[in-house]
Amino acid sequence: MPLTTYVEAIRQGIWEEMEKDERVFVLGEDVGIYGGAFKVTAGMLERFGEWRVIDTPISESGIVGTAIGAALMGMRPVAEMQFADFISCAFDQITNFAAKCRYRWGAGVPIVVRGPSGGGVHGGPFHSQNPEMYFVHTPGLKVVCPATAYDAKGLIKAAIRDPDPVIYFEHKFLYRRVKEELPSDDFVVPIGKAAIRRNGTDITVITYGAMIYIALEAAKELEKEGIDLHVLDLRSLLPFDNEAVLESVKKTNKVILLHEDTQIGGFAGELAAVISEQAFEYLDGPIRRITAPNTPVPYSPPLEEFFLPKVSDVVRVARELYAY
Amino acid sequence: MAETKVIMPQMGESIFEGTLTKWLKKKGERVERDEPLFEISTDKIDTEIPSPAAGVLQDILVNEGQTVQINTVVAVIGDGSAKAAAEEAKQPAKQEPPAKEAPKETPKQEPKEVKGPAPVAGPTAETEEEEREPSATEERIKSSPLVRRIAKEHNVDLSALTGKGTGIDGRVTKSDILSYIEQSKAAPRPAPAEAGAYKGPEPPRPKPSAPAVQPVTFTGEVERVPLTQMRKAIAEHMVMSRKTSAHVTTFFEVDCSRILHAKEKLQPDFERSGARLTVTAFFVQAAANALKRFPIVNSSLEGDTILYKRAINIGIAVNLEWGLIVPVIKNADEKNLLGLAKAINDIGERARNKKLTPDDIKDGTFTITNPGQYGAVIGTPIINQPQVAIMGMGGIKKRAVVIDDAIAIRPMIMLSLSFDHRVIDGATADQFMADVQKQLESWAS
Repeated sequence: MPLTTYVEAIRQGIWEEMEKDERVFVLGEDVGIYGGAFKVTAGMLERFGEWRVIDTPISESGIVGTAIGAALMGMRPVAEMQFADFISCAFDQITNFAAKCRYRWGAGVPIVVRGPSGGGVHGGPFHSQNPEMYFVHTPGLKVVCPATAYDAKGLIKAAIRDPDPVIYFEHKFLYRRVKEELPSDDFVVPIGKAAIRRNGTDITVITYGAMIYIALEAAKELEKEGIDLHVLDLRSLLPFDNEAVLESVKKTNKVILLHEDTQIGGFAGELAAVISEQAFEYLDGPIRRITAPNTPVPYSPPLEEFFLPKVSDVVRVARELYAY
Repeated sequence: MAETKVIMPQMGESIFEGTLTKWLKKKGERVERDEPLFEISTDKIDTEIPSPAAGVLQDILVNEGQTVQINTVVAVIGDGSAKAAAEEAKQPAKQEPPAKEAPKETPKQEPKEVKGPAPVAGPTAETEEEEREPSATEERIKSSPLVRRIAKEHNVDLSALTGKGTGIDGRVTKSDILSYIEQSKAAPRPAPAEAGAYKGPEPPRPKPSAPAVQPVTFTGEVERVPLTQMRKAIAEHMVMSRKTSAHVTTFFEVDCSRILHAKEKLQPDFERSGARLTVTAFFVQAAANALKRFPIVNSSLEGDTILYKRAINIGIAVNLEWGLIVPVIKNADEKNLLGLAKAINDIGERARNKKLTPDDIKDGTFTITNPGQYGAVIGTPIINQPQVAIMGMGGIKKRAVVIDDAIAIRPMIMLSLSFDHRVIDGATADQFMADVQKQLESWAS
């Protein structure tokens, strides 16, 4: 079996859903003739034609608004943001309209808004952000952040089939760096379920997206000193797997919350509150956060390297927490 | 600090009321947080109740001897004098106050900054402050919510771990409290005398296990199964034996051709007499004969005295699904092979049917065990106290052996003898075994 990259897994997921369900179509900037800036939609125009693979003007608000309208008319649009950073242009459409349709009018809006997020590729402040928390704060939406090719495919399919708006953040650093053998059957990854990436006994690292690889690499290093990390990949942020979070905290009694997003208002803060409310008496040390600092993502490569959470950060904090 | 209401606590799931038996403080008296305030008596326990707050016992609402429902307010602790308030302000953060003191009351308080990315790395401003101003009265023991919960569940007073914490700044960690609980479970257990198999002189019994090293705790999930009485007796007896005797084991190889031949020949006759002849019978007889010639192997040691036993009572270790038991063939030296075979059949059967009587496992003077049962070449058995020797039988297997410079195929067995070097020297043990070997290899059939 050939290995499938993360980006190819997303493409396959959309492709398969388009084959299966003719209501599914893609729209976005350069998704047609060019095949998408990162080639997620490559070959789709040839296969599905211009009615189902639509090149749009440079207007995220227009893309999402069109998708919402189509969804209300019974379609299953998959809207691409060329970079997730520009999803803010569609903020009003997503948060005020898509997110509230079901609540306000009983009308589901089964759209997927997907786009590449995250840093590590020297993209600078407008092409490296992690905008998930704007949407995690919006009731009515679902937010997923896959970290593996399997999850990328399983979650895009689950997102397309979901009756409500799903914001799908794909990490561009992982596009071609992560690959694995995928099963040939029609699998989905349920939204809202976390996955244990490493079983350990000493400290739990709860994370998502590209950071799971930082956690796993740190675990390898810490293993040499006898510190055994447990790594939980959230996969979905909204809803998130509350039960798995508590279970993993109760297992090790010490917890590190790791994400690439900046700290204030980041998901780690929410998790810290949940853990202290629901598992306080299982904690044998302070809840520790490892996140990016509260600055824009720097363009300069050395600065960006400093900005992003690193293996050495996890190793340092884990050592402190282990000794605590 | 505002008023704190003191309530009748719920001491156990099914308790709905309690009797206040005694006030330990008078009205108007100063009380510290966690200082015993009153005593109660319930269906389940009698205990002292600590004060939930520091202050002055402002009001007593329930008198001694009165029985009230749980959660009834029994007293009110109030502010008290200005002096008390000032005293309290001197030790901020020492007591977990229900309502936190305003920072301005703290004399040396510096403006606290909200820390950035790392909320707790090493000593924070607060802990340094604590170190400068240690509490005059009670030292708060650093632990964690988890540790406090475990302490509560196991009824452990955390102050017992003062100075034993291995975390940063001596914090009591999860593994500290778990190993403390583990140790206090292991320590004070008098060895019960239920082994039952041994009459007469009891050798001094050291504590079952007093490991100098702290037990390593496994932190993964486990299933906890308490030891059965039998398992406990075996565990204690084995450790005791190891600590009592100077164990040495010697090994002998024996050619079983002749006894197997004899067995085959005698089998039909024995069956007519209702006995199943096993090879064990031959070994018991050989051992009984040898024990007559080497009485030291049939002895035991009591203080400075060797007890030579007149009877030769041979225990046979019987492996059961639920453990191990050693029924004894009394006066084995007085029985012929048929008698021994019947006796072995009988005790084996009754051991498996749980029909053994206490007499059956008493007064052994020597033991034979059979580690070869499942194919082991041989084992090094532990002496069955207060005996001084135990013989192990390996599995019988055809092997190539050299006889008169020719290679022959012979059914061979490995025998071992673990003996107590305090009373038996190697030469004696080997002579004893050579005797057994000679008998078996020259068995007349």
